[in-house]
Amino acid sequence: MPNVTFRIRRQDPQSKKDREPRWDEFTVPYEGNLTVLEGLFYIQEKFDGSLSFRYCCRASICGSCAMYINGAYRLACQTNVKHLDTNVVTVSPMPRLPLVKDLVSEMDGFFAKYEYIQPWLIRNSPDPEKEIRQSPKERKKLDMPIDCILCGCCYSACPSVWGEENYLGPAALLKAFRFEVDSRDQAGKERLPRFDNERGVYRCHTIMNCVEACPKELNPTEGIQWLKKAAVRRRLFGRLK
Amino acid sequence: MIVVGGGLAGLRAAVEAKRAGVGVAVLSQVHPGRSHSGAAQGGINAALANDPGSVDDTWEKHAFDTVKGGDYLGDQDAVMQMTQDAIRVIYEMDHWGCPFSRYDDGRIAQRPFGGAGYPRCCYGADKTGHYLLHTLVEQAYKLGIKLYVEQYVAGLIVHEGVCQGVVAYDMIRGGFEAFTATAVVIATGGAGRTYSNSTNALINTGGGMAMAYRAGVPLKDMEFIQFHPTGLFSTNILMTEGARGEGGYLINDLGERFMEKYAPNFMELAPRDITARSIQTEINEGRGIGGQGYVYLDLRHLGAEKILERLPGIRDLAIHFEGVDPIEAMVPIVPSQHYSMGGIDTDVNGASAMPGLYAAGECACVSVHGANRLGGNSLLETIVFGRRAGAEVARYLGGLTHARPNARSAFAAVQALEDEVDALSAKNGTEDAYALRAEMTVAMKENFGVFRDEATMKQGVDKLHSIKDRIGEIGLRWTGSVFNLDMIRTVELAGMVDVALAIATGALARTESRGAHFRIDHNTRDDANWLKHTLAYHQPGVSGPRLDAKPVTLGTFEPQERKY
Repeated sequence: MPNVTFRIRRQDPQSKKDREPRWDEFTVPYEGNLTVLEGLFYIQEKFDGSLSFRYCCRASICGSCAMYINGAYRLACQTNVKHLDTNVVTVSPMPRLPLVKDLVSEMDGFFAKYEYIQPWLIRNSPDPEKEIRQSPKERKKLDMPIDCILCGCCYSACPSVWGEENYLGPAALLKAFRFEVDSRDQAGKERLPRFDNERGVYRCHTIMNCVEACPKELNPTEGIQWLKKAAVRRRLFGRLK
Repeated sequence: MIVVGGGLAGLRAAVEAKRAGVGVAVLSQVHPGRSHSGAAQGGINAALANDPGSVDDTWEKHAFDTVKGGDYLGDQDAVMQMTQDAIRVIYEMDHWGCPFSRYDDGRIAQRPFGGAGYPRCCYGADKTGHYLLHTLVEQAYKLGIKLYVEQYVAGLIVHEGVCQGVVAYDMIRGGFEAFTATAVVIATGGAGRTYSNSTNALINTGGGMAMAYRAGVPLKDMEFIQFHPTGLFSTNILMTEGARGEGGYLINDLGERFMEKYAPNFMELAPRDITARSIQTEINEGRGIGGQGYVYLDLRHLGAEKILERLPGIRDLAIHFEGVDPIEAMVPIVPSQHYSMGGIDTDVNGASAMPGLYAAGECACVSVHGANRLGGNSLLETIVFGRRAGAEVARYLGGLTHARPNARSAFAAVQALEDEVDALSAKNGTEDAYALRAEMTVAMKENFGVFRDEATMKQGVDKLHSIKDRIGEIGLRWTGSVFNLDMIRTVELAGMVDVALAIATGALARTESRGAHFRIDHNTRDDANWLKHTLAYHQPGVSGPRLDAKPVTLGTFEPQERKY
């Protein structure tokens, strides 16, 4: 496989000439470990300085380069071309998000919902002088949700988000779960009204696209189901955990 | 106050100033949660004495290990300030929700780390930076700190010698804009990408250092570049020191744990400069695996359970980026550029020589790391000195009677950048920005690496001067206004070359070996002549810096020979 063809969806919505998206094709020489992100840099450097995409860590921890690659949500940096089993790499921005340009999606709405659920530890009692004790068993409950990199794949992939623009979506709710399940959090009723409603957890119909889309193999659906149960428990018995 | 950079240092400064009542905005090239702080893996040092093996650990011992690890170039007052503050800032991060790993009794877990006398490195699995960063992002949202995301800051606004803001390119909407303020904190991280073999994120191009430097603020100790012993062979992606902290081995082609020869007591947990040199020596002497340019990191004996619990992140990285599962196979690794010990010259409160301009984190040099940083001290530095800078800005603003930024200077600064970009756009470039970048980064790797000598470094300096000349012949290939990577990457290249010249010129001048700066032709430490900081001053119109020196603050720990 000496060469790879990159098909890239291009559009600059701010340009009058670019009313419709187009597909550009580029030929990139294949080297043993070529990642999609490296391919994009090759194109930007050698062929087309106007290509726009996000990048930062190139090591799958920052969440910048989430894209739709050969029919799946992926981080461009983590996607090795040889694992795609084809020499045609088709790249488009994350579907159904507003577009900034080319492969860059608008993320303001995503982060507004993240902020809305109060993604921070809520404490009511004074902090101890040292650490707040947390047993390994309590800490283990955080393992899954704290690995979220806020890349937006789950949010773009969720049919409930497509159908209701005010739905908070999997990433924000996973963050709510991350704090509600934390033994140190004392939110009580503070965060609850933000997810215990039709724009929150009940809009999740367990379609589980988020689980399939997540490049970190997390399970937002599981977190959302936990929140549903917690919210019902709160209504019936007056406690969350 | 404006903070440039949304990583740990910048966010911690913002949080501190905001809590003191200062109006704060953070400008960042990426969303703060995507900052390179999040790639830190192994942990953060503080003498909490939580481990059964560290009950008699103290912040003074942490200070000693840091000073010795830095080959006595660190300012000892600053080091002690950091190790003393360490304890409270870690508890604070816990109170804000940072998910540290835990001991059975619920206290924060600590692991052994390079050059440390005790298990002192607090960690959250091998994703400590990610957890700390997200915790501070959460605090920034909680406090309502204004975040200007995807703003590429390209210059400072300076009026009559006082910093009054920055000029930024709005990547989403296009165009340059002035952000005026009465204080600016630069927290843009390191300059790893001046090397072709860096572990760093692609945005770590030293932009903040270059801005301050060009505004007349000196860069300090730039020649001290840390090479992390264990970057993945094919990509230089980081494999945490925590892998060795948890008991991993380094293995050469003969199957030997070769660190026995170089650091018989500390073995794989010798400081990074010594470990990186040991690996490079094995490779240079033909004992790399199959005679090639790498050795193995062997974790197999730790067992699947421990690897999955303590090191799941690097396991994933090794699988995705090297095609190797550390549970079953040894991982090919190579020393890789990792950290800039040097940076913008500041005091212990982040203040630079320019009123109104502060710096914190990797872009700054206080100096606490001296000639070689210990693992686990960089995350610590960001939080300790970010906090101190934020508090200092609050004090500075409280003492100002007249603080209105000068509109004319702000306008002129925007105009200057617009003119620069217009000129780049109009030019029919004969030089290729990306080819020049590749030449520069390879020159840094080849000529200013783990082992240095005069002839090789002279070649390197000449090369950098010629690259600086040729930068003038670059033209932009695309002049559009939105998310213009061609423009950003061209503008940042000029800053990278300036920073590279500061590194290179300092390295060539320092005729001794100290910490990470090792010269084959001057292979011992020379305290009589070189127990001093290097200061590099930008010279307008001249290629390369003017060098000066500054004394090291000693007083507590007498310099002695380093043995591990």
